[in-house]
Amino acid sequence: MHYEAPIRKPLIEGDKSYHDITVDVVRPVESSAPKSWWLVFSLALLAFLWGVGCILYTIGVGIGTWGLNKTVGWAWDITNFVWWVGIGHAGTLISAVLLLFRQKWRMSINRSAEAMTIFSVIQAALFPGIHMGRIWLAYFVFPIPNQFGSLWVNFNSPLLWDVFAISTYFSVSVVFWYVGLIPDFAMIRDRAVKPVQKHIYKILSFGWGGKAKHWQRFEEVSLVLAGLATPLVLSVHTIVSMDFATSVIPGWHTTIFPPYFVAGAIFSGFAMVQTLLIIVRKVFKMEQYITIQHIEMMNIVIMLTGSIVGIAYITELFIAWYSGVEYEQYAFLNRATGPYWWAYWSMMTCNVFSPQFMWIKKLRTSLMFTFFISIIVNIGMWFERFVIIVTSLHRDYLPSSWSMFSPTFVDIGIFIGTIGFFFVLFLLYARTFPVIAQAELKTILKSSGDNYKKLQEKQEQEHGEH
Amino acid sequence: MASTNQTIINALYDDDDVLLSGVKQVREKGLEIQEVYSPFPVHGLDKAMGLKETRIAIAAFLYGTLGLATAISLTYGMMIVDWPLNIGGKPSFSWGENMPAFVPIMFELTVFFAAHLMVWTFFFRNKIYPGAKAQNPDPRTTDDKFLMEVVAGGDHSNEDIMALLKETGAIEVSVNSAEHA
Repeated sequence: MHYEAPIRKPLIEGDKSYHDITVDVVRPVESSAPKSWWLVFSLALLAFLWGVGCILYTIGVGIGTWGLNKTVGWAWDITNFVWWVGIGHAGTLISAVLLLFRQKWRMSINRSAEAMTIFSVIQAALFPGIHMGRIWLAYFVFPIPNQFGSLWVNFNSPLLWDVFAISTYFSVSVVFWYVGLIPDFAMIRDRAVKPVQKHIYKILSFGWGGKAKHWQRFEEVSLVLAGLATPLVLSVHTIVSMDFATSVIPGWHTTIFPPYFVAGAIFSGFAMVQTLLIIVRKVFKMEQYITIQHIEMMNIVIMLTGSIVGIAYITELFIAWYSGVEYEQYAFLNRATGPYWWAYWSMMTCNVFSPQFMWIKKLRTSLMFTFFISIIVNIGMWFERFVIIVTSLHRDYLPSSWSMFSPTFVDIGIFIGTIGFFFVLFLLYARTFPVIAQAELKTILKSSGDNYKKLQEKQEQEHGEH
Repeated sequence: MASTNQTIINALYDDDDVLLSGVKQVREKGLEIQEVYSPFPVHGLDKAMGLKETRIAIAAFLYGTLGLATAISLTYGMMIVDWPLNIGGKPSFSWGENMPAFVPIMFELTVFFAAHLMVWTFFFRNKIYPGAKAQNPDPRTTDDKFLMEVVAGGDHSNEDIMALLKETGAIEVSVNSAEHA
């Protein structure tokens, strides 16, 4: 009935029953937070508040508090925006693309990956707002009928496409995540003994009862949403990349950007999932659900997408040389040997070399090494965005417009603030939401559970003797 | 669905495979299954129960078409009809000439409409909304138990049905005349 090839390793370790999965998943929700949680939460909250202060300062005083100048009009703001959007992409990849490919290993990581998506898209969405000179007029980006003869927006601009892309991406990710959460909230509701907790989860679970017809629709909705989210995730980073690719700036005007940005997004997103899950599995004692095999699979994805990014770098260099366009050639010469050589070479080191270590099984199955590389990848991907944006802008067509960029404490403070905000949200999530999609995980217990796999093996051996 | 004078017999199972074969046996005996509650989607349960296929994907397709139509009318009305301006030399004479720049919006709105309206349909058809009363009669069915509700009556006495359900591997069998929507 639940036949699976014996070559596949178990995805759920330990002799788990359905009830064990329930108990293990709700433990963080039903217990109170340890001191260490409060400590980390306070740190994240402080960083967040500092970021809020920097944002208010920017809005109150003006964008001149940032390190931008007349040549470099985009720097940390859009770098951070693209970086956060990119991080978000892995969540959708894990929950949607791996669902389409029927990858069972996604089931114990998809919930947290989707949460990461939503929280990082929130961080990303801050930047298009606060980098506006007049944020109070931000509603002008929406095509709302108005008293200016109905003055509309210009649908030719990738910045407007961004508005549509990010808001669609965010809202669709939220409903995708939430539909998956409903059965899990119902499970917590039905276990809750404290009246307040029971009431909250009653509201959150929408009255879910797990009727056969509802499950049938649930699976269909999940599949269609996955089918919609997959092109969506590709389109979102494509549209973000068009902020640059549709420009006339040497170093930006490249047709390779859409797939190359998406590959970079998966690369950095998976690295962030690794960073978070390596901690989550340890703190919540979920090593039997998020196994070394899961970590290894994600490392393979990092290796693959890292290699795609590497190819894109080489392609860019080749085309710059092959194009015969002096401006394009200089843009790359400037990246490698100009005043921002250190950013370019840290990007190259982090993104091209670090994923190649994953070819070695010993390294890709090591938690310590994975954790280290996941941080390195995210640093590298931040530099990638920084290098693309700043090195292309600070020196382009007119040498009289050449300048330099250096961030102020406000630029840095806002970035730190978004990291703080991200962790505030993630830490709150980890203690109130079921971090593993238990309803989904229960469907693979009999095919991929350690105990059931052993049982199957035994049966097969007996069968073979006859 | 349930009429007022119907007697329902509940059978609780603790294994999805046992439940599945139970469902098949009950239907072979010509009994009507009112509902099955399970903690997770049991593969093949809808087929075993004889449920019709859901049409929600068809609905999503139609919603997507609506989204695409919305995007085309938005871009056409605003960029070509209302204010056919020259913005950076982009041709604003006809929609087709400027169409490539509208593709991202057309794509996003298609996905937006399809995804959201489908999820609203899902909520509406399942009668689930924030704060709704839990639909499962037994709280254990969201943890690790499976509940089958069999409509009593016809040629079988309640005792017969209960015996049959016990035979199929139910761990608890009880008569329940209380109504569920």
